[in-house]
Amino acid sequence: MDFELMLRIYPFFLEAAWVTIQLSILTTILGLICGTLGAAARLSRFATLRFTGAAYVSIIRGTPALIQLFILYFGGPQVGIQLDAFEAGVIGLGVNIGAYMTETMRGAIISVDKGQREAARTLGMSQFQAFRRVILPQALRLMIRPLGVNINALIKGTALVAAISVVELTYTAQRYIGSTYKPFEMFLLSGVLYMVIIYVTGKGIAYLDQKVRLQ
Amino acid sequence: MTDQSPFVDIRHAQKSFGTLEVLKDISLQVQQGEIVAIIGPSGSGKSTLLRAINDLDPLTGGEVWLEDMQVNKALPHRQYEAHINKVRQQIGMVFQHFNLFPHLTVRGNITLAPRMLKGLSAEEADKLAEEQLAHVGLSDRIDYYPSQLSGGQKQRVAIARALAMQPKVMLFDEATSALDPELVEEVNLVMKRLAEAHMTMIIVTHEMGFAESVCDRVLFMDEGVVVEEGPPSVIFHNPQNERTRNFLRKHLADNNG
Ligand SMILES: Nc1ncnc2c1ncn2[C@@H]1O[C@H](COP(=O)(O)OP(=O)(O)O)[C@@H](O)[C@H]1O
Ligand SMILES: [Mg+2]
Repeated sequence: MDFELMLRIYPFFLEAAWVTIQLSILTTILGLICGTLGAAARLSRFATLRFTGAAYVSIIRGTPALIQLFILYFGGPQVGIQLDAFEAGVIGLGVNIGAYMTETMRGAIISVDKGQREAARTLGMSQFQAFRRVILPQALRLMIRPLGVNINALIKGTALVAAISVVELTYTAQRYIGSTYKPFEMFLLSGVLYMVIIYVTGKGIAYLDQKVRLQ
Repeated sequence: MTDQSPFVDIRHAQKSFGTLEVLKDISLQVQQGEIVAIIGPSGSGKSTLLRAINDLDPLTGGEVWLEDMQVNKALPHRQYEAHINKVRQQIGMVFQHFNLFPHLTVRGNITLAPRMLKGLSAEEADKLAEEQLAHVGLSDRIDYYPSQLSGGQKQRVAIARALAMQPKVMLFDEATSALDPELVEEVNLVMKRLAEAHMTMIIVTHEMGFAESVCDRVLFMDEGVVVEEGPPSVIFHNPQNERTRNFLRKHLADNNG
């Protein structure tokens, strides 16, 4: 193994890791927004919204994320959507993970014991009041861990945007293989940095979960 | 008060879940301050009837009245919501499984609804919580979380939470059925004190001894009908109906065997 090469080249990978981190953060934010809207739609009392939410989830989960990215990035210009690679990456991945987060959030909300809603309604709270003060605070606690699983998948999923040439960790490895002919070292560097990002994120989520957990 | 018109008035209550008819034309009048027990085998419709009173399980036929107000009024969605939220503030309910809010302390459980719905300030609500907890003998548990309480304590907090809304009627759905035997008495005691304070109560229970000592009237339900009703002395010691006799005999045997 060529350690000397790795030492020489790693600063470029750090830059790429920063791009991966930015991608991950923005994708998480967009995913949480899509997930919140999706879950709200899925649980709405209006059938049209429920249907829209369900369609979103099944279309996104029923097709490869790579195809979704390609449609957005390569197919977008054909229908007047011009995005640079990074934008397309964030939007494509965010909308994608949002479908999974929709199911996570919906699952957490419906797994709050129905007696909680009944007790709140019995006291005279409106549906909205019961949701905001009784159901949601419990659901939020329940969803942190499974959202962590979604975020873990999302971070690894950012590797897909190498295929639309966003200069992140995976793309960077491929690029330097072209000049060094050392795929093992290059992918190893990428892999280690992914692992660091995922490890730190995982710790953060575990901490958050621990912090708000119901005794 | 010698008020003749009933406080809670259930008129020809009918309830079906799909094709399953759970309540078959039940009528029940409860006077102010009266304490009524509902007994009967599991699945006979006791909970459904109780939950119809605050429209938690809306009836498919018949009417429920609280004083001069119809509870299950047919209204457009938004108006119905506003109406039922007002009505429910006046009807306290205690569940078999307590349903305390686990993310809130005892104080939070008791003060949440009064603060949200009655506009009490934090201080007023705190004072209310302290009073209510004193009544159920749990003043020292005000800053505990539900998970830190025993079942009996949880149920006493649930009662305090319901009472904090100053309801006109209290509904109990097997309030002690989920408790370990040694914790039943502390909850019964709280309910007995409420009875002494002339709270109007409708109590679904499997505890015949308790029903006999506290209630003015007992209803025996089976398969969605009120088979027999009367004072506890009659229902428990001299039941007229064969089904009532069978139920009580079987219940006695089950509890001794
Ligand atoms: N939400 C529901 N959907 C369908 N059936 C129900 C529902 N709730 C109660 N039932 C049925 O109604 C009957 C009466 O139930 P319930 O009122 O809970 O009886 P009890 O409290 O006397 O044990 C039972 O057969 C029960 O299975
Ligand atoms: Mg029941």
